[in-house]
Amino acid sequence: MRILLFLLRKEFRQMFRDRSILALIFLMPTVQLLILPQAANYDVKNINLALVDHDHSSYSRELTRKITSSGYFRLVGASPSYPEALHLIEESQADIVLEIPRGFERNLVREGTQQVAVAVDAINGTRAALGGAYLTRIISDYNSDVRLQWLGPGPARGTSVIDVAAINWYNPLGRYYVFMVPAILVLLLTLVGGFLSALNIVREKELGTIEQLNVSPIKKWQFILGKMIPFWLLGLLVFTIGLLIARGVYGIVPVGSLGTLYLFAAVYLVAILGFGLLISTYSENQLQAMFVAFFFIMIFTLMSGLFTSLDSMPAWARVLANLIPLTHFIEVVRLIILKGSGLAEVSCQLGYEAIFAVVLNTWAILNYRKTT
Amino acid sequence: MKQLLVFIRKEFYHVFRDRRTLLILFGLPTAQILLFGFALSSEVKNINLAVVDFAHDQATQHIIGKLQASRYFHLQQAPLSYAAMETAFRQGKIKAALVFPANFSADLGHTGRGQLQIVADGSDPNTASTITTYLTAIVGDYQRQLNQAAGALPFQIVPETRLLYNPEMNGSLNFIPGVLALVLMIVCTTLTSVSIVREKERGTMEVLLVSPFRPLLVLIAKAVPYLVLSLLDFTLILLLSVFVLDVEIRGSVMLLYGVSTVFIVACLSLGLLISNVTASQQVAMLVSMMGMMLPTLLFTGFMFPLENLPGPLRLIPNLLPSHWYYLVVKAVMLKGLGFGAVWRETLILLGMSVALLGISLRNFNIRLA
Amino acid sequence: METNPAPAISSHELSKHFDGFRAVDRISFEVAPGEIFGFLGANGAGKTTAMRMLCGLSYPTSGQATVAGFDVYRQQEQIKQNIGYMSQKFSLYEDLTVLENIEFFGGIYGLTNQQLRTKSEELVTTLGLQSEAKKLVRGLPLGWKQKLAFSVAILHDPKIVFLDEPTGGVDPVTRRQFWELIYAAADRGITAFVTTHYMDEAEYCSRVCIMVDGRVEALDSPANLKQQFHTDSMDDVFYQLARGAQRGE
Repeated sequence: MRILLFLLRKEFRQMFRDRSILALIFLMPTVQLLILPQAANYDVKNINLALVDHDHSSYSRELTRKITSSGYFRLVGASPSYPEALHLIEESQADIVLEIPRGFERNLVREGTQQVAVAVDAINGTRAALGGAYLTRIISDYNSDVRLQWLGPGPARGTSVIDVAAINWYNPLGRYYVFMVPAILVLLLTLVGGFLSALNIVREKELGTIEQLNVSPIKKWQFILGKMIPFWLLGLLVFTIGLLIARGVYGIVPVGSLGTLYLFAAVYLVAILGFGLLISTYSENQLQAMFVAFFFIMIFTLMSGLFTSLDSMPAWARVLANLIPLTHFIEVVRLIILKGSGLAEVSCQLGYEAIFAVVLNTWAILNYRKTT
Repeated sequence: MKQLLVFIRKEFYHVFRDRRTLLILFGLPTAQILLFGFALSSEVKNINLAVVDFAHDQATQHIIGKLQASRYFHLQQAPLSYAAMETAFRQGKIKAALVFPANFSADLGHTGRGQLQIVADGSDPNTASTITTYLTAIVGDYQRQLNQAAGALPFQIVPETRLLYNPEMNGSLNFIPGVLALVLMIVCTTLTSVSIVREKERGTMEVLLVSPFRPLLVLIAKAVPYLVLSLLDFTLILLLSVFVLDVEIRGSVMLLYGVSTVFIVACLSLGLLISNVTASQQVAMLVSMMGMMLPTLLFTGFMFPLENLPGPLRLIPNLLPSHWYYLVVKAVMLKGLGFGAVWRETLILLGMSVALLGISLRNFNIRLA
Repeated sequence: METNPAPAISSHELSKHFDGFRAVDRISFEVAPGEIFGFLGANGAGKTTAMRMLCGLSYPTSGQATVAGFDVYRQQEQIKQNIGYMSQKFSLYEDLTVLENIEFFGGIYGLTNQQLRTKSEELVTTLGLQSEAKKLVRGLPLGWKQKLAFSVAILHDPKIVFLDEPTGGVDPVTRRQFWELIYAAADRGITAFVTTHYMDEAEYCSRVCIMVDGRVEALDSPANLKQQFHTDSMDDVFYQLARGAQRGE
């Protein structure tokens, strides 16, 4: 126990001696947490629309007005012809083209039906799908207006109307950053913990100081624990700073209990630090350790459900995602902070994290060899 | 000149001897391409939906049947109370619930107006609004069927939608230029910064600098292997996209290589700049990886729409070489445009490369003095 | 030798192979307690590999050896309780101060706070480092770093101290001072096992063992060796033995 204390004192001294790293550890997550959530926003608005109006009627003008006042679309110039509008798409100046044919108003009134052409730049799938859907909805709204104008209010005789009332729970104002800030905080925690611990043992290898420890009677678990505890405390500190930023800057107050949140963070940090130390024991130099850590953390990030929905993945990918500690923590952080889920409701994920923590650390201890 | 070649060869040995790092350099883009191609999708589907059916009649059965047929939804055992529903939400088991009140069909039959309620998990507003849109569309579809049976509606505007460039809505398409930009940016910057700082740490940099080479040549020798490596990485990603993801390269491959070279030079210079201002490998790596990973991921423009950035933050993407590179690759590779359409972006990229190279070289010389 | 029943180190046919390469080839010797045992050889002769096996840093391929009475295969942790080690590469923490290094290494060997205080004071005074005690080790000149590393290696009064080319790269005056430290340690009963390729240093040892291509080619006191090879310098002894060496730099 006393030996562990000496190890810890040494690690802390080294940590505080290198001010540039210490500054990085705190500044980087803080700055990123202040800026990144603003960028991580899937809201599709400001869609650039090129309009080709061949009709120039009061109906086509009314439809245009409805589209521009919806808030989703921005008119990027009315083009005289369809090919010219397409050219705008080529140059990425427009995302979507709406062509209103000649005789739009006349046909609608006389024939009772009329087509309009919509062309979407589908390279960005989400934007295309949602942009198209919004435009269709506006057109259909306008359609109802036209009908109202000709047929009068109320359901037409013999027709049925189903009213859909939609409410959103947990984030009624629909603020995307409320969803992203907790998850980005978790990711930053992972970066700090994962990278620093991955670099640590291998740094002693590169400097040669590990030899001096290997000829000493230090136990392996003492060594690993001595490496882990400082980073663990550091991680909890970063987490606390992050929560304060979430509260002070974004006004996000956890609905659930802070105790549960910290319990989870504590177990998660042990897991991710064990992961970093494991990489460290396998690497020969810092560059290698960093690249290996980066490789995994990159995959963790993409697979964790942080930016894309887990539900949309194929079954094999979902299995893979469940094997990643980050996945469970991101899910739980969102559950606790946004929905106020209690310990009982997230106990399953806590179990997962505990297993990761035990497995990764045991593996790291076993793989750290004092004698080769 | 011959000496320079000897020098470059030495740097190649360094790079190619470290097998594990090499594996990562090529494994990372491969894994990313495969993930984006086969696992990740920004589409919303397989949503866990609870149907709370207090009505239990033909009309609700009909709508539920439609939901089951949709690939967007995955119907869950329905909790029959609001309390049970809330628990399901808090365990993360459902994303939305559709509630049919007990008198749904009766109302629909008698007054021509039925009401139902959607409760969506709004913690993710994007998914919530997509779910609502999908559900409303399905219900609307049912409504149209009802009405069609009763006689067609007059005054019908029919939008005909065409999907340009990507008619199958292949989700991975948009990611390929993004992965290219991301991987090249991180790999080049890190490799350069670390390799130079490592020589500084070990003291071997001084050995090189007292040799009869001009410092500029030392840097060129260090940069060439990374340039080659990065172009190989680029080639790998292109090959994977074409042969594994079935993406067609529409524009000129030569142009792509040209622009990529410019971009890589910009990233290498950035790495050099980082190495100038850092003293240890650890700091260099933390800056070039931890500091660059998320900003590159988020500000390049392939994950999130940049239009959503508030005011001053909208400037940030313009400062990132990866953003301009992404725009060019997307236009050339996916849309098949020529140099005429992307000269502006290419020029900006070129300007950035020259500026970064200039600053870092100047800085390098100052530090020597 | 016969008078001492328990050797500090004993090695019998100890070998280490790396992928078929015999780095150390069946070496046998005994070191008596309190001896200063010199381990000589050209670069690549296998000195460091042999020493690493004895310190419990690396597993032997075959043969037997005990250090302080403990087996190198099964009792490495007990060996580590009883030895000090100073590696070729400076391995104190450069980003810690002199006192912090002493405290750390003393601490992990289980010294009490009282012991740590007296030891640090004693050590700093002996080495004349009073004004540097609170400065980072990084800034010390090489000679002082090495004297410090040695003092730290014997801080916990081990039975045996292993020194791997401890005087590499320092000037003759500092080397002389370094050997005085070794003698002082030997006077306290610490056995010293020293590798070196400086032949003048061989003269300081009680006995020397000369390794060529992983094998022990000669083992005796410097005086006896010189007599045996009909010469008056260790340099010459070494040259005659090493002439046939296959491995070099």
